[in-house]
Amino acid sequence: MHRLLPLLPAVPLLGAGLLVAGGRHVPRPVAEAFACVAAATTAALAIVLLPHSSPPLVEWVGGWFPKGGESVGIVLLGDGVSLGLVALVSLITLAALAYSWHYFDEPPRGHAGTFPALILLFQGGMCGFAIAGDLFNLFVFFELMSVVAYALTGYRIDEARAVQGGVTFGVVNSLGAYFMLMGIALLYARTGELAMAKIGHGLDAAAAHHGPDALALAGFVMVLTGLLVKAAAVPFQFWLPDAHAVAPTPVCMLLSGVMVELGAYGVWRVYGTVFSGPGGVPAADASRALVVLGVLTGAVGSVMCWYQRHIKRLLAFSTIAHTGLFLVGIGVLKAEADDGTALYILGHAGVKAALFACAGILLDRYGSVDELYLHGRARRLRGVGVMFAVGALALAGLPPFGTGLGKAVSEEAVGGPLTVLYVAASALTGAAVLRVAARVFLGLGPRPEEGDGEESDEDETSGADEEPETQKRLNHVPLPMVAVPAVLLAAALVVGAVPGFADMVGHAVEAAGTWGVFSSVHWTATGVLLDLLSTLLAVGLAMVAVTRPGLLGAPGWALPLRRLQSGHVGDYVAWLLVGTALLGALALPGVLG
Amino acid sequence: MTAVMHVLPYLVAAYVFLVGAYGLATSRNLIHAVGCLAVCQSATYVLLLAVGYRDGGTAPVFSDIRPGSRPVVDPVVQALTLTDIVVGATVTALLLALTVQIAKRHGTVDPDELRELRG
Repeated sequence: MHRLLPLLPAVPLLGAGLLVAGGRHVPRPVAEAFACVAAATTAALAIVLLPHSSPPLVEWVGGWFPKGGESVGIVLLGDGVSLGLVALVSLITLAALAYSWHYFDEPPRGHAGTFPALILLFQGGMCGFAIAGDLFNLFVFFELMSVVAYALTGYRIDEARAVQGGVTFGVVNSLGAYFMLMGIALLYARTGELAMAKIGHGLDAAAAHHGPDALALAGFVMVLTGLLVKAAAVPFQFWLPDAHAVAPTPVCMLLSGVMVELGAYGVWRVYGTVFSGPGGVPAADASRALVVLGVLTGAVGSVMCWYQRHIKRLLAFSTIAHTGLFLVGIGVLKAEADDGTALYILGHAGVKAALFACAGILLDRYGSVDELYLHGRARRLRGVGVMFAVGALALAGLPPFGTGLGKAVSEEAVGGPLTVLYVAASALTGAAVLRVAARVFLGLGPRPEEGDGEESDEDETSGADEEPETQKRLNHVPLPMVAVPAVLLAAALVVGAVPGFADMVGHAVEAAGTWGVFSSVHWTATGVLLDLLSTLLAVGLAMVAVTRPGLLGAPGWALPLRRLQSGHVGDYVAWLLVGTALLGALALPGVLG
Repeated sequence: MTAVMHVLPYLVAAYVFLVGAYGLATSRNLIHAVGCLAVCQSATYVLLLAVGYRDGGTAPVFSDIRPGSRPVVDPVVQALTLTDIVVGATVTALLLALTVQIAKRHGTVDPDELRELRG
């Protein structure tokens, strides 16, 4: 079975190549159907391989097997987590392709293959990243998916904001990638290996006499900087809202639903295989670094999310808040927290992609994603409104959605004050989305007057005057655009509600990790109560916000936080350097002691 | 070789990276910023090649020397550097293309004036 592993990135990449070559000569439906087939094939392949993934499938590409314990080849690793992520990536890609079926307006006329080819390249990059077993391929696929993501973000090149968001995204992410490559070079210098497991052994062997040293710490900080930029952890997160607010909707589904989470996966994989031994970074220090950054990310993301009026930007900040929770889940270094995080990521991908799909319908129907402008205008889109509200509740952790189960399991594992963060972040982000649903689809609350909030216009992105992505504004919403979010929400429900699924995920995660224990993953009374608490909090907050907009409006103390999101690429680069220093400082005590 | 000569390439790599990052943070022109990003990337080439260097080593090409007859520098890092250059060319080309579009749509490439997306 392991012979099939290289096909996972190869199928979408080949598909993309064929589309680029032949896309000029085929009509658009053929090109898009072909892309869907390629994405679905990859998903099917990953799902077929999944049951065979324990012990993990290992493939040395091209027969470059290690000789005498030393390796120079490319190694691919297919365990439960990486194959599960490939399946998730491919399914969300399929959803994004189906969503853009026929209705997404493509600038290069006469070349139907361009957009689906880029989406397939993106998928190939993400699949490769998930199954990379050596650090250099991790970097190459990281760059591949990043570069395609920049191109897709700036896909509508006639739009001023889109190209601007694309450049910010590109500069910050590429700098992060170069940090990562510097770290990889240092680790190679120490161990002479690139395969992750072998670097881990090499570090342990080198540190047998004197414990972890500055080089291991530098490698840790630099590699993690790259991955945390991708995961949009504070203070590396500034690129994400700019990119997500301007990218075409199907691309947002992929960026928010899976790409950002792949950054968190990278952190889990690299820490677990490379740095968790005695020669790496001591568990207490790695845990401190990840949990502190995770808490900051969760807090900043949810507060910023609350004060947005640009709907796609609001959803982008909610993604940041949730990645903060994922990082905390990974950072506490417990088997149960890993299980919870995996389930949370699965549920979140479905819910967030569905919410973006609904926001895209608003954009194409009304030419705006501004919460205040759209007030009460979307009353007739009842079905979309219901899906948006359900998505909001699922984001807040309503049982039995996958997000709720993931949140409950993680809460139980992290315990103590961190539980408060989980409840607060999911309640606040859920409340912000519910508030939008109530205002836009029901027209509840006082109608905001034109020029409302003018004094803060300096510091916010409104979301009015966005260009619809369809050829002309839609008069009715086409079926695939409604069906896709419905299916995605149903899938998020399945993750949490189908008995046995959670256990399956838990087993896959623990077999792939280094824990060696199998705990049962299921709903508990405390978990359900905490989920209901955060859902009720979200509903309450949203009600107050809608009926008394003044009460929870933007207060003065949040303004400095919002001003940090200055829109200036130089500032974001400076923050990246600050973040790298912070990461180093947080992980330093282990090396000193 | 002296200790200084052994450490020098690593210091150069760190210096080049930091200079590039400083240029990025203070850039007043996006084309300059993309150039600075390429400078940061050059630091990775220097570091990779420094890691693979061996005293008295020659190029790892075995068409005219017998394997094992004399030391060669590490071919792995050279392969990595080549891949890295390809990646860098892609990133630079794409970002410059986007910058051209920014110049067309906004009429400026000064990041100080491109601050629509904020808050």
